[in-house]
Amino acid sequence: MLQVTKRPESLLDVKMHYCPGCGHGVAHRLVAEAMDELGIRERTVGVAPVGCAVFADHYFNCDMIQGPHGRGPAIATGIKRSRPGCVVFSYQGDGDLASIGMAETIHSAARSENITIIFINNAIYGMTGGQMAPTTLVGQKATTCPTGRDPRVNGYPIRVCELLAQIEGAKYLERTSVHTAANVLKAKKAVKKAFQCQLEGRGFSLVEIVSTCPTNMGLSPLDACKFVQEKMLPQYPLGVFKDIEGGKHDASRN
Amino acid sequence: MPTIKVDETRCKGCELCAAACARKCITMSTTFSATGYYPAVCCAPDRCTGCGLCYQVCPDLAITVFKEEKK
Repeated sequence: MLQVTKRPESLLDVKMHYCPGCGHGVAHRLVAEAMDELGIRERTVGVAPVGCAVFADHYFNCDMIQGPHGRGPAIATGIKRSRPGCVVFSYQGDGDLASIGMAETIHSAARSENITIIFINNAIYGMTGGQMAPTTLVGQKATTCPTGRDPRVNGYPIRVCELLAQIEGAKYLERTSVHTAANVLKAKKAVKKAFQCQLEGRGFSLVEIVSTCPTNMGLSPLDACKFVQEKMLPQYPLGVFKDIEGGKHDASRN
Repeated sequence: MPTIKVDETRCKGCELCAAACARKCITMSTTFSATGYYPAVCCAPDRCTGCGLCYQVCPDLAITVFKEEKK
């Protein structure tokens, strides 16, 4: 028999600690497969976030640094500037990137740092216990808005790709999702393209992956996928928001 | 005949693979695995086409897909 699927070399052969049905596992695999296919594992440095993926360094078979809350892009900037030959990515969740690290995210995009950000948007804080995130939908229940998010008190959800699209320095922005197999395949292409954007020296790239958090959404994994399809996608439409050729960086440095 | 192999020590019984399978070849086991979940099992190997959709959605990389070698 011929084995047609293979665990990517960039993903260590260990069990993951994520809850059943969590989107992180698939997102990890997509990043690892992109590293394998581009042959960049040996010179890749990743930045693990604060959140459920804080143990990403246990899973990725490349150099990893664990950053303080929200500071992934700042750390990635430092690594990329001191070691321009490295491929640098920051893997962050919505509470990490869109709340605490919003300043770092926007300014690294404005400076068009030649880094790649993988942004997991599951509309809730995961590890800390299901609090409201900046991306929580209007009406969605969370432990800090138990009757549902009320825009008069809690404001409106932030659309990160749309927000960054207006910044000149952002060169590649795409929103994908991992709630169905077809979307996983599209997300894989997006992640690879974001790494290619960095390898070409074009500048800041970000892939938003709309994901599920069955545990904190209080849904079964299948219902969480349905929630993504019916509730999250109207708020967070999928697609390429920006794909600009050319940039300030010299590709020969990579 | 194409087939899948589920690593019972990795599978957390989320059922995403069973929903993704277009030919409904995957069901959940009725007995616990060592880790305390009901793992996925291939209930109809004759229907499996080795398309790999289950592999794509599995968050724990518990599924390996096999196909026959071309002669």
